[in-house]
Amino acid sequence: MKEPEITEELIREHGLNAEEYARILDILGRAPTFTELGIFSVMWSEHCSYKSSRIHFRNFPTSAPWVVQGPGENAGIIEIGGGLCAAFKMESHNHPSFIEPYQGAATGVGGILRDIFTMGARPVASLNSLRFGPLDDPLQRHLLSGVVSGIAGYGNCIGVPTVGGDVYFHPCYSGNILVNVFNLGIVKKEKIFRGTASGAGNPVIYVGSKTGRDGIHGVTMASEEFTDDAEQKKPNVQVGDPFTEKLLLEACLDAMDRDLIVGIQDMGGAGLTSSSSEMAGRAGTGIELHIDKVPPREKDMIPYEFMLSESQERMLIVAQSGKEEELLEIFRKWDLEAVVIGKVTDDGFLTVKWNGKTVAQIPAKKISSEAPLYDRPCKRPSWQDGLQDLRLGAIGLPEDYNRVLISLLESPNIASKQMIWRQYDHMVRTNTVVLPGSDAAVIRVKETGRMGEAAGNPLEMGIAMSVDCSSRYCYLDPYLGGMHAVAEAARNIACSGAKPRAVTDNLNFGNPEKPEVMWQFVNAVRGIGEACRVLETPVVGGNVSFYNETKGAAIYPTPTIGMVGIFEDVRRHLTQGFKREGEVVALLGATKEELGGSEYLAVIHGIEKGMPPSLDLEAEKRLHGLLFEAVPLLSSAHDCSEGGLAVALAESAMAGGIGAGVSLGPLIAGGPARKDALLFGESAGRVVLSLAGKNMGALKGLAGKWNIPLFELGRTGGGSLRIDSDINLTLGELSGAFNDSLRRHVEAR
Amino acid sequence: MIGVIVFPGSNCDHDCYHVMKHVMGAPVRFVWHKERELPAGTEAVVLPGGFSYGDYLRTGAIARLSAVMGAVERFAKKGGPVIGICNGFQILVESGLLPGALLRNSGLKFICRDVFLRVENSSTPFTNKLRPGQVLRMPIAHGEGNYFLDAAGLKSLNENNQVVFRYSSQEGAVTPEDNPNGSLENIAGIVNRQGNVLGMMPHPERCAEAILGNTDGRLLFESLLAWLSGNFEKPGARASGSFR
Repeated sequence: MKEPEITEELIREHGLNAEEYARILDILGRAPTFTELGIFSVMWSEHCSYKSSRIHFRNFPTSAPWVVQGPGENAGIIEIGGGLCAAFKMESHNHPSFIEPYQGAATGVGGILRDIFTMGARPVASLNSLRFGPLDDPLQRHLLSGVVSGIAGYGNCIGVPTVGGDVYFHPCYSGNILVNVFNLGIVKKEKIFRGTASGAGNPVIYVGSKTGRDGIHGVTMASEEFTDDAEQKKPNVQVGDPFTEKLLLEACLDAMDRDLIVGIQDMGGAGLTSSSSEMAGRAGTGIELHIDKVPPREKDMIPYEFMLSESQERMLIVAQSGKEEELLEIFRKWDLEAVVIGKVTDDGFLTVKWNGKTVAQIPAKKISSEAPLYDRPCKRPSWQDGLQDLRLGAIGLPEDYNRVLISLLESPNIASKQMIWRQYDHMVRTNTVVLPGSDAAVIRVKETGRMGEAAGNPLEMGIAMSVDCSSRYCYLDPYLGGMHAVAEAARNIACSGAKPRAVTDNLNFGNPEKPEVMWQFVNAVRGIGEACRVLETPVVGGNVSFYNETKGAAIYPTPTIGMVGIFEDVRRHLTQGFKREGEVVALLGATKEELGGSEYLAVIHGIEKGMPPSLDLEAEKRLHGLLFEAVPLLSSAHDCSEGGLAVALAESAMAGGIGAGVSLGPLIAGGPARKDALLFGESAGRVVLSLAGKNMGALKGLAGKWNIPLFELGRTGGGSLRIDSDINLTLGELSGAFNDSLRRHVEAR
Repeated sequence: MIGVIVFPGSNCDHDCYHVMKHVMGAPVRFVWHKERELPAGTEAVVLPGGFSYGDYLRTGAIARLSAVMGAVERFAKKGGPVIGICNGFQILVESGLLPGALLRNSGLKFICRDVFLRVENSSTPFTNKLRPGQVLRMPIAHGEGNYFLDAAGLKSLNENNQVVFRYSSQEGAVTPEDNPNGSLENIAGIVNRQGNVLGMMPHPERCAEAILGNTDGRLLFESLLAWLSGNFEKPGARASGSFR
């Protein structure tokens, strides 16, 4: 490739506006070189700079005694106890996955894994949150199958279990699917590494795969809307190699263990450019790169291409001066390419040299942390009032509630995702205590048991993880919807018996230059911030994905929440399935006449309107406190969410292989007048429990202490689910609808 | 001492090590694939699961050419007990230590779930604490576990009682419905003719602790340790060296 002249058109093609270009001239005091223009373009892209979102993150609580690393690093870190920490992060790979689902999703997994092990943590669990259009569209089936295979292909090979996730289908995602991947790793507190390039004179080492032309301007693509030519962007999608990443993972952890590394960062979005400038920016140093030394994958590459390539499985390391040979030896052991390509300086500049000639020289801070900042205009959409206006009186009651329950269980949003998670290795590393398909995934932390043994306390700790977001709620009311996303994720954690501790988020929205989208964003962020404050689950990291639009149509606001909780003793975990016949079935939390935004209205009546259910965050917090204390009394606990109480009861019955007979009579006083709201309404803060009858007294005591309503609904037992005289279905009928529906949707065409 | 071989891309190596050391309390060491000899005092070898060399080309095809496999072959020929789990099984068939081949699953997808196994042969170093007909629950996690062998080979395999595990129902019935991957005659694990080299697709190391909800896999490791300590007398060759 030849370097073109810097023209107005070229500047515009790089996604920089006139104001931003003027700022570049001001910073440099001259016109940029082509390489510099490329560097500014990627670093000031929405994806890298968060220029439209950053000012709103003031709303997030980010600290707590257990937070070791808040936002701003490659991953957030919390202390779990026994000198160990959990590092976790979630990131989107939406646009690449739409263009090339297998590689897009696979490299999404690869990227998030590098974010974790770059902190010194060994990745131990992955989750994902996926959104597609309806499966009657063959394109969506192709995308689903490709994305799932890509996640499986990468995660299974590298040997990090995929232990949970969520998958939803809605027409708003047909032209813009979402692929959000979460990973969590374990690290000793004193062995945490950060992405800083400190110590002038320290060598800068390039490790991993060779650099090719793949992925150039990947981040720019993530920072604009899709048009008809998405197909032509295929060359922007990178290709993953999980085998190389496995070697990179082991070699990096090995090197970190031996104190040879000062700072380390993966080359993700914007590759060599972002890793080098961010590391220098954080340390307040400069960095000098001789990029003619970077191993090339293709011929005749120019500096611009080396700096912007997003080739996968590469890391940038600042080593202790004098220890580089020892470091290179480790990478040789793992048959990986490792080359000294530069050094840390004290001049504050990112300097790029090509065969001795300087081709770029930019103050590192100006591109890494002093990118333009926008407070974009917000406007409440004119259609919002109409959306929230739901008149239940006009909606008739169903005649056959059995039929309704079956239809809901068959809805791909509620149906079992077994056919998906069975393709993921969810057991490798032998830590998975609660398998996918539950409220939250639970893993044990082996190291705590071993480390504690010496101290006479061999208890194995555990970690619960959940990803959640009801985008329908967020569309109807972004503020309340944002709160719900946090509350439900935390409730899932609490239902597993753990204490919710911290959050990483993945905020997927449309084009922020549209005031209506910005309004959705700002309000969802406010709601998330408020819920995290009350529930004491600070936001320790996150990712923003804007421009999720195709041909001008935005997705529903989808601020996905990844919640992490802790068990001091992992044996104290709960699952959702009924355990024994003849036990009490009970409900915690109040049921109101709330059908707005419900799966029931959408599936049965084709209506997506109304306000999402009300949410009392203080009551939610008390509910979690109650559950935590009640664990020893309980046989099962299951969050009531999409599909309401009837679906939650059916899920607990199916998961345990034990039916139940219940009456919802106790809920009617002060509750819903409509039977459909009673059965399928989605009032928040409710949990279906089963427990031995003898424990009911103690549970009542706890419910009183925490001031949470408790209702005894009936008993487990038999081979069917019986709810008053309205529902009577065998476990076979329920499971037939629930377990097999997704496969039928995907295959029977 | 038990040697767990580490190929580039092995990912169940830590799990096997953990079970041996922390669950069973047995001495265990990692053995790097570039080693030409097994460490002195090696009494049994584990080829763990994973994606050795990325499983590029064909599962196990490159791993079998690595330096350490020469030593593993010599160890096996002298009667030393060798167990290959999942990718380890694939490497054993590629290296010719076990007959047959492991093809792509008949459903063409990776499968991770629990299956039931009927024990067919309990006179191996790995199954002496089991009894024929016993049913175990154990997870599988593979994309290529569809066991295949030609008719003559299969006949000889059966005649020599070399089939150790078959996929079955919970009650022990061996039916097509209980076959997760299309394996010939529901074969899930086999031994060589001498009985000292076992290859199996299911993962016993993933079900050897109560916290994981299943301890059936532990029986295989107990069998091996019993065999090594001489509590089980197996006719024919056995590895030298004492244990414990």
